[in-house]
Amino acid sequence: MLWVTCPNCGSRPFEEFRYGSVFPVTPDVISDADQRNVDYAWMQDNIEGPTLERWFHESGCRRWFTARRDTRTDEWLDV
Amino acid sequence: MNEFVETLLDLPWQNQDTPNHTYDVVIIGGGGHGLATAYYLATRHGITNVCVLDSSYIGSGNSGRNTTIIRSNYGIPETVAFYQESLSMYEGLEDETGCWVMHATRGQLWMAHSTSSARTEQTRVLMNNACGAPSEYLSPAEIKKIVPQIDLTGGGRYPVVGSSYLHGGATARHDRVVWAYAQGALRKGAHIFQNTPVTGLLRDGERVTGVTTAGGPISAGVVLCAVGGNVSTVSGWADVRLPIRTHTLQAFVTNAYAQEFAPIVSSNDLVFYVSQTARGQMLLGAEYDRQASYQRGTSFAYLQSVSAKAVALFPFMAKLRILRSWAGICDISTDFSPIMGYTNAPGFLLSTGWGTWGFKAIPAAGSQLAKLIADEVVPDLIKPFALDRFAREVSMADPSSAGTR
Repeated sequence: MLWVTCPNCGSRPFEEFRYGSVFPVTPDVISDADQRNVDYAWMQDNIEGPTLERWFHESGCRRWFTARRDTRTDEWLDV
Repeated sequence: MNEFVETLLDLPWQNQDTPNHTYDVVIIGGGGHGLATAYYLATRHGITNVCVLDSSYIGSGNSGRNTTIIRSNYGIPETVAFYQESLSMYEGLEDETGCWVMHATRGQLWMAHSTSSARTEQTRVLMNNACGAPSEYLSPAEIKKIVPQIDLTGGGRYPVVGSSYLHGGATARHDRVVWAYAQGALRKGAHIFQNTPVTGLLRDGERVTGVTTAGGPISAGVVLCAVGGNVSTVSGWADVRLPIRTHTLQAFVTNAYAQEFAPIVSSNDLVFYVSQTARGQMLLGAEYDRQASYQRGTSFAYLQSVSAKAVALFPFMAKLRILRSWAGICDISTDFSPIMGYTNAPGFLLSTGWGTWGFKAIPAAGSQLAKLIADEVVPDLIKPFALDRFAREVSMADPSSAGTR
């Protein structure tokens, strides 16, 4: 976790980065429009394992990028 | 042997190696919340056909990893009332259980370093007094009397302009709280099985009718999920969606400081808190890690940033050394308030969303959930914390009181 490979800057210390969010996914089984809104507004997948996330290289190139990270191990899978 | 190196209180374990095939109540998670619920079910409601299952040893999760602070100075009336009930119950816990949990009332200061946060703390005092949590607003000179070690200029960068002071702020030994509840529940005939991970839930349509373990299924009238960290996985088995994201929270202690440091000190602007353990060590904590994670790792960057904040307010800490650090995984709810009670799956109850504020809530949450299970009516005190509040668009948002941003 200590070093992150930024697509623009290469390998940089973790502290330079800011966590954005995961991609919210509302399950298809929720069909009611109101319930889909509630799910989108509040609920989280909270995946234990590989997760697709947005990260921001705050103290570097200041660009957003998408990364896959394993939340069990904090291992970066692909950036 | 002393109170720190001894392992367990005398725990009268059940005379059987495997769980029964059926129980009235199965509780997943043998931490403070799960065991307190089992304890109050047995002692207050006479329900003893109860089984608590833990994937590891009891208190091995966040109950054994928190910073043991008990306070009730929250920001909305419902939460103040709930945590004040818990704080009062902690004060009587030793008398009730007959176990010494090293409870000590020490008072909690919540510092403000700017005009705007001073206003926040003044509001907190008014709100807390109105809701039954006695507190007062202190000037810098009054703060200095309570905690003489403080540098009121904050190293020149974080001047102390005032502080709210919760008289009832307290600490207790976390392991002992877990063991006290376990002992009381076992004495009444409840079962507690360690190293028994739950692998799934038994379903009958929407309804949850029990749990599965490696040793076979266990059917139950009611299943309570009092899991810390893996709650989204367990709830997923019941098709219950949760507004929870799991984050790492780190904490650390220094070597012993030979003088007394009486209160618990938090800082509104710096977002860190410090107290002294019974061993004399300074115990520090701060924000949870920004990224979602199930990893219990600690980082040098965290130690560095919290140490810098602590030294700005308390210069003496520069001479201390960090002894050990650890982390727990916290279930942070979207509105920073807990989630207790019924779910959309009948027979499946939750006690979750305990984020960084779970230890202080153990007695109140345990007793209220036991009441809910026994009476099948949601008690007024925890009614605002139902899972369906999100569908009703009623948020219990209180991030500034979580002490962790």
